[in-house]
Amino acid sequence: MQFDSNQLIPVLPEIYILSLACLVLVIDLFIKQENRIVTYGITQIGLLLAVAITVAVGQPQTQIIFDGSYIRDPMSDVLKVGIFVVSFLAFLYAKDYLRDRDLFKGEFYTLGLFAVLGMIIMVSANSFLTIYLGLELLALSMYALVAFNRDSQDGAEAAMKYFVLGALASGILLYGISMVYGMTGTIRFDELGGAIQKVGLDNVVLVFGLVFIVIGLSFKLGAVPFHMWVPDVYHGAPTAVTLFLGSAPKIAAFALAMRMLVDGMEPLVGQGGWQGWQGMLIVLAVLSMAIGNLIAIAQTNIKRMLAYSTISHVGFILLGILAGTKEGYTAAMFYTLVYALMSAGGFGIVIALSRRGFEAENLDDYKGLNQRNPWFAGMMLLLMFSMAGVPPTVGFFAKLFVLDAVVSVDLTWVALVGVFFSIIGAFYYIRIIKLMYFDKPSDESPLSMGVDTQVVLSLNGLSMLYLGLFPAGLLSICHTAIGG
Amino acid sequence: MIELSDYLILGAILFAISVAGIFINRKNVIILLMCVELMLLAVNMNFVAFSHFLGDTVGQVFVFFILTVAAAEAAIGLAILVVLFRSKRSINVEDMDALRG
Repeated sequence: MQFDSNQLIPVLPEIYILSLACLVLVIDLFIKQENRIVTYGITQIGLLLAVAITVAVGQPQTQIIFDGSYIRDPMSDVLKVGIFVVSFLAFLYAKDYLRDRDLFKGEFYTLGLFAVLGMIIMVSANSFLTIYLGLELLALSMYALVAFNRDSQDGAEAAMKYFVLGALASGILLYGISMVYGMTGTIRFDELGGAIQKVGLDNVVLVFGLVFIVIGLSFKLGAVPFHMWVPDVYHGAPTAVTLFLGSAPKIAAFALAMRMLVDGMEPLVGQGGWQGWQGMLIVLAVLSMAIGNLIAIAQTNIKRMLAYSTISHVGFILLGILAGTKEGYTAAMFYTLVYALMSAGGFGIVIALSRRGFEAENLDDYKGLNQRNPWFAGMMLLLMFSMAGVPPTVGFFAKLFVLDAVVSVDLTWVALVGVFFSIIGAFYYIRIIKLMYFDKPSDESPLSMGVDTQVVLSLNGLSMLYLGLFPAGLLSICHTAIGG
Repeated sequence: MIELSDYLILGAILFAISVAGIFINRKNVIILLMCVELMLLAVNMNFVAFSHFLGDTVGQVFVFFILTVAAAEAAIGLAILVVLFRSKRSINVEDMDALRG
């Protein structure tokens, strides 16, 4: 095969992020600790430029290059922009936290950029090999980031649990991939559909492989019953890392599910029955929504509570995918992007309330926030309402579109289960609002954060309201991206 | 003549041993790391067998990538193990119980 240098244009975002990560790694070596802000600045400006590059190489046609192992389509463009923006927010909120705890090191940004590279490779993967490499690049960077605070016992324990369960998930996923490869003889997603039709949908080994792939996928997504690492990792990791881990990788996990199940194995959807991946995802989604929302009520640590809330939101994302229609995929994509923004904002507030020597980890630390800082109490109110799905915030529309997609494929009972558990879930989000507005503060000290954090966090909170009042813009972007 | 199914059964046995090792082992974190490696080798066995019987080299290329990633993964795992041992003075699985709920 002839190498064509035009093929390099669609992969410019990846090439650029790789160069940026290497550049940050080298420049950081020559910077004194008091000038560490330069590393941060290069990373942030670099991420904004990455958005521009992605938009510049984006176009409506789909391009499949590198012998079919890489794809650039409207969905990958939108998800990449989402990943860059959310990572930008995460790094920005993390800066003050890291500086206060003497963790303001260049490694955070290098590892973070490699994680971003892994995510965008997953988003653009068109073969099992590419998606596996992207997944591992993301996971390996994340294991190291979780153990970033080397003096923290909880951090080390969380990293070890994350590592063992993450490696187990990769192993299960690969075992499934090996079976699908063995039966179909291809690892390319664009050829897999046809090959599956040829082998026959009821081939036992193929279905066996599918089961392993779905299990590996749900480990990575954090869906019940493969969720046990999520609360421990969210709790044990430094809050700055939890913020990053809980936001941008969800977009990549959505892409992982879309590429493998929809692009690759759509014939195995098993519409209306239990033998395909639709049935498996129904079980995962219902359990995730139930267990996530119920256990979150019992939590007193806000990081753990948000971890269980993540699990329930993953249930909703799966709900959109399992509909198996363009409408469902669009709704799931909308939900994922909105969730990543909400999650970044929520953990951003947790970070804003923490300061040197004090982690605002317990729900009691949110008591009387309205008296201490009414503006950011208002932002937290918007974020919590959005997570609970209260109109007019965007969380309501995200849930509405997903439920609508599920009802339109005659899975009304699943939609009812979803509604039921999100009502239960609203309890613990509204409990935080009650603590903020109706309880006496136990600690009167004012919030300390930089002007940049204040501005961006406010924009992040207000975006919940803006997107909720005008959801059509983002929805039509998702609609075009899925190609409905 | 060794059939494809023989290789698959061997792969499945290795995979089952490694999963059992991860869940049954309550003593030592290093054994967990060994189980993870074994699991990837079980997958490699599957890939090589399929690749041979399909007459397609993609599976063998995949194996090379898995081996490389497994090496990187082992490095990170051991690094985390060192951090864990420095802070807890133990690599006993049962001592990893600070985070729960």
